[in-house]
Formats: sequence, C-alpha cells, structure tokens
Amino acid sequence: MNLSFLRISIWVYLAIFFLYLLGPLVIMSVTAFNSSAFPRMTPWECLTFQWFGELFQDQRILNGIKNSLIIGAGTVVLSVAMGLAGALMLTQIWPKLRATYYTIIIAPILIPGVVLGISTLVFWDRINRMLGLGADSVLSNGIFLTVIGQSTFIASYCMLVLVARLQRYDVALTEAALDLGATHAQAFRKILLPFMRPAIASAAVLAFLASFENYNTTTFTFGEYPTLTIELAQKVRYGITPSISALAFIIVALTVFFALLNEAKLKRQELVAAARKNATVEELAGKIKLPSFFAGNVAALLVVVFGVATITVVGTATAYNPAQCIANVKEQKQLEAEQRIQELRKQREERRKQREAEEAEQGGAQSMPKPSNNSGFGNVFAPNTLGGGDEESSSEPQPSTNGGFGGAFDPNSLKTD
Amino acid sequence: MSAGVGVDLENLWIRFGDFVAVRDANVNINGGDFFSFLGPSGCGKTTILRAVSGFLDPSEGKVLIGGNDMRGIGPNKRPTALIFQNLALFPLMKVWENITFSMEIKGASARERRKRADELLDMIALPGQGDKLPSELSGGQRQRVAIARALCAEPDVLLLDEPLSALDLKLRQHMRTELREIQQRVGITFIYITHDQGEALTMSDNIAVMRAGVIDQIADGKTIYNDPNTAFAASFVGENNVFRGKIRRVMGTEAVISTNRTGDLVARISTANQGKMREGDEAMMFVRPEAFAIASDDAPGDHCVTARVKHEEFEGNVFNIFTEGDGGKEIKVSLPNVGQSFEDHTGQTIRLEYETRNAVLVPAGELAAE
Repeated sequence: MNLSFLRISIWVYLAIFFLYLLGPLVIMSVTAFNSSAFPRMTPWECLTFQWFGELFQDQRILNGIKNSLIIGAGTVVLSVAMGLAGALMLTQIWPKLRATYYTIIIAPILIPGVVLGISTLVFWDRINRMLGLGADSVLSNGIFLTVIGQSTFIASYCMLVLVARLQRYDVALTEAALDLGATHAQAFRKILLPFMRPAIASAAVLAFLASFENYNTTTFTFGEYPTLTIELAQKVRYGITPSISALAFIIVALTVFFALLNEAKLKRQELVAAARKNATVEELAGKIKLPSFFAGNVAALLVVVFGVATITVVGTATAYNPAQCIANVKEQKQLEAEQRIQELRKQREERRKQREAEEAEQGGAQSMPKPSNNSGFGNVFAPNTLGGGDEESSSEPQPSTNGGFGGAFDPNSLKTD
Repeated sequence: MSAGVGVDLENLWIRFGDFVAVRDANVNINGGDFFSFLGPSGCGKTTILRAVSGFLDPSEGKVLIGGNDMRGIGPNKRPTALIFQNLALFPLMKVWENITFSMEIKGASARERRKRADELLDMIALPGQGDKLPSELSGGQRQRVAIARALCAEPDVLLLDEPLSALDLKLRQHMRTELREIQQRVGITFIYITHDQGEALTMSDNIAVMRAGVIDQIADGKTIYNDPNTAFAASFVGENNVFRGKIRRVMGTEAVISTNRTGDLVARISTANQGKMREGDEAMMFVRPEAFAIASDDAPGDHCVTARVKHEEFEGNVFNIFTEGDGGKEIKVSLPNVGQSFEDHTGQTIRLEYETRNAVLVPAGELAAE
C-alpha cells in the first residue's frame, strides 16, 4: 500500500511538473484560436484563424522576423567559427594555461547581456570614430553590431558544445592523415571537420536559438534593424493581442516538428546501423535490407501524424468561416450589454427618486450643483460625452450609463455608493 | 630480397625537458629488412618511431632515410607510413576510402581509388568488404585494413607501432606470419615496435633490444637469444635462469664464476664481452630452462647445479621442474617430452647439468622486470 502511494505521488508530481512546464504554452496556443479580442481561453467564443491572418499582415512583425533570421544566420556563422577556433585552441594550449584560458573564454556567459550590449555599442562606436567613419558606416550598422554583440557570448556556448566532442577526438587520426601525405589543411578538412560535424550542427542550432530569443543584448545594438523579440516587446507595451499567441503557436509547432524530425532521423540511423551489424557480408555486398521507415520508430510516426494534422488544420483554416459565429457572439454580447444597461438605468432611476425625495425634505433653499456632474475630471470619463448621444435609449442627458463597459468607468457609479 | 630504402639513426638523442627518452642511438637498418625495436613499455622505442616518421624532432643527431637527412621534413613529406598502435582508422570513412586516403590527397579519381582499394583488399584477404565502416570489422580485419592503408601510400619504409597488441593470442600469432609474408612480398623496409619478444623473434631480420632509452644490443634473433650482450637482454628475451657470482678465473672465451649457493660454475663469455671481463668482476651467468638436463652420475661438478625441487608441472610438450634458486628466484628447467617417463621429484634434491656453450656470462647488470 505504501508502495502504491509512492507510485501515485510520483505520477502526481510528474503531472504537476509537466503542467508547470507546458501549461503556459498550451494556454497560449489555445488563445490563438479564440476569437476573443483579448487573448484568453475562457469564455470560449469562436474558433478562428483570423489572428494568424492578422499576424502575417503585420509589417513590423514580418520585418522583425526577417531581421532575426539575418542576424541569426550571421551569429551562427561567426559564433560557430569562433567557438571551433576556441575549442581547438583549448586542446593545443600549454596544459598549465588551460584552466586560465578556459575561465577567460567562458567568462562572457557569466557577464550580464545588458553589459555586453552596452560595451559592444561603446567599443565599436569608439573604433568607428578612430577610423574616422561616419554614423552610416558598417561598424555602426545595427545588424553588424547585433551579430558581433550576440556572438561575444554565444561563441562561448558553441565552444562548450564543440569541446565536448573534441575531447573524444583521437589526435592519432590527424597524425595518420599527415603521415599519409595530407597537409595540415587537408587533415583538418577531411578528418577533423567531418568528425566535428554533429557537434557543429548542434552548436549552430544552439547559436541560432540563442540569437533568435536574445533581447537584452540586442536591445542596445539593433539600431535600425529591430529583431522579432524587440518588435514583440514594443508591441506588448501597447497591449497584448491574440496574434502574438498565434506567433507563439507557430514557433512552438515548428520547434516540436523539428525536434521530432531530428529524433526520427536519429532513430532511423540507429536502426540502420543495427541492421547492418546483424547482416552478413553477402547481404551487405548485395543490397542492404533497410527496415521499413516506421518499424520501431515512434518519432517518425509522430512526424507523419504531425504533418497530416498541419495539412488538415491549414485546409480547415482556408475553408472555415467563423463570421457567422462571431456575429452571433457579437449579438449575444450586445444583448448582454443592453440588459446591463437596462438594469443600471433602473437603479439610477430609483436613486434619483430617492435623492429628489431627500432634497424635498431639506428644502429648496440650498441650490447645490448636481452631484452627478461634480466629477473632478469634468465628466470626460462619462461615456456619454464620447458620442453616446445617438443612442435613442438615453432618455436622460446627464449621468447616463451605457457602452460596453457596463458603467464601470462611469465616475458616477463610484460617487453614488 | 629486393633492396629497399635503408634507415640510419646517427647519435640520436631525444629529450623531453630533463627526461632523456633516447640516449645516443646508433642504428643501421638495411633496405628491405624487417627490423624490430624490442623493449619494455617506456623504454623509448615509440619515441624513436615518431622521430623516424617525423612527428618528433631529435634533440641531437640525425635520422637518415635512404641516406638523406630528414631534419626539417614533415611527416607528410617523408617516404614513411606509420601504423598506429590503435590503428587510427578514420571512423567516418568506409574501408575503401580509408585505404585510398593517400590517393585522395593526391587528387585521384574515385574510380582509380576504388580499383586500387579492390586490389589491396584482395591482397589482405578481405575482398568485397570495401563498403563497410571500420567499426563493422573485427580486430584482425581492421588490422589488415590499416596495413593496406599504409601500403597504398607506397612508402619506402613502413613503421609499425605495436600493431598486434590489441589482438587476442590466436589472431596475433596468425598476423605475425601474415605480416612477414606481406613484408616479403612488397619488399620494403619494415620497422616494428614491440614489447613482445615472441613477435620480434619470429618476424625480424634484426632486433634492437632497448632499455630505458639505451639500445643494449642489435643483432638477429638467434644471436640475441643465444648470445646476449647484457643481463637485461638475456633476461628480457625469452625465459632465462640467472646465477650471480664473482669471476674466479678467465680462460679465453670461458670463465669460472663462484656463486654463493651452487659453488663454482663454468660458462662461456658472451661474444661482445670477450676480453673485457676480468677476475674479480661481478658477473651473471644465464642458462635457459631447456638447456638443463638431469645430470648423469659422471657429470663434472663445474657444469652442475644442485637444487631442491619445489614443484613440477606437465605442460604437454615440456615437463617443467621448478627448484629453489638464489635470491628468491626459482630455477626453471624444461625437459622436452620425448617419450621418457617423468618421475615425481617434488621435495627431492636433484643435480642438473648444462653444456658450457649454453651458459652465457655477461657483466652483472639490471634485469628485466618479470
């Protein structure tokens, strides 16, 4: 019994853990399909794809994505090259210096991104001036500065990834290549580089993702080329819309897809290798019997499911028209709002009557201004002043309460409590 | 044998900081020879190989290949090919790509390379295995691929750094003969590094016995086995029984030593030490286990050793008797199994005799660790 309790608590823990990890993503993704103008999951209004459409019509977002891709590519090239050079240096350097060298080269990871951003800006501005170049030179170009700035610390990440692989490299392989007549350059290109390829690919992906999501360094260096993160940050400042959820959903979907694809590929290689090992020489010399693509490969299956799902969703999106649903919801909302207005109006009527009765008691000698108009804001927040006059329901000119906010912003409703 | 390219080491010193890895090595290796450097690990034999292949510059002295000084010539420009201890096959390349790597460097077409690879695969008895990866081959097959890869570069000198050490015993013995055959077929100079005296003896034309950076003896296998220069060479190559003593009398090429335990014994002074050993010198006499026989009654005392038998074992082809020797070391006697009956001697004291020519006397010196 004790054991089963333990087992259950482990499952509960796992559930909580994954909820914590993935919950926000799931909720954000769901909000991308809700027609509500504010990103929310409940109340569910209508299934809609309009936020995706809106996203792809937003020139600033699109421009941000473009800049992010350009800067990402630049950062990948620069960081992987620098990381590889750093990693090779680490294996070549005099052993006593190695620890010191390692510390120095890892340091950028520990320095706050903000500091890196500012120092990159200051440093290259100084260089720019020393060379006597103008403000429009390459050295003060936003893309150049962002790539340089991000690479200062992303190169360290790359180096860590590359060093791990390099430590498994047998230097005798390079020696063997040299011994067989290769020059150092040939040995590097034909032996070391192919060996490093998987690590270089990992480092490149890591560098790209780090560059793509970077904000605090980029915010100082982007100049005239805001990246996606910068654009998002600026956009969110003026309120959040579901089209940002739509963007998040696309990014999540792409990430999951490529992760699955990679997993499927690895699994496939494993299966092929296993098949080759079991095969006899004759089989290999003849034709290699590959396992069917899906045999024992869950990831591959998921990739296909994922692909089919995507096609279905996109197909539905083009055919689906939520206009009717949205219209219904609108109507519903309007009805609700009107109902609320009616109620409020009723309350107001009652209160007015009460007041009149009180006034009558105190006598008409005191001529007080009407409390309803007494707001310090000169009634600017009364929704009525914003062209509420065309509503035929507002029979009374002064403290009427109507509009979508249900009177919440009406100063009168505060006053009268 | 065809005349290949010879290798000479002249007064070669190699130092790493204060540590002397190779001390004044002088070696002449004839073209087309199978030459072995034999010594325990850490004796500097791999260092010599790296100096010949060009990965290491000598601190002093010269490496000559075909009479040309190799100083300043990198490993990729030397007419040598090295087979590494761990083989260093390129793990991401297929077997045929591995073998013809040296051709790829020179820009040969894939078709040419494929053709050459097939020829070499036939030679090393691995036909049709060119499309495998090295990791899919067995140890012995990998070994042969490494040889083919080195031979494909058409070197004048092939250097082998303990290439058989990773193989199991059966395969090792098989590869010995195979290596020797390949060497005789291609007729180039092989320089072989090993700590296994069996490998050195069976394959080599000449052997250099090394100890702590110093070459003790250079000779063919028979000479090294039968007529060692030093106590180290005598004890490292093959099994040997050592008897320590002082020289009592020198008689030309023979001498009598007095030992504490077994009295005066007569022995032959090893060729290199003849004329150099004086009365009163500390000396060591070596007698091989198989050079002993149970003494006949009339055997003279200075050819005989008396010892108590500790235990015996029957090995099939030989019958081993272990007796108490001096310095805690036991004396091993191997009697060939030629149909006689073996009585149990355990606990008895027996007299063993040897022939003078089979007892070698060298100056006292360091013995090889067991």
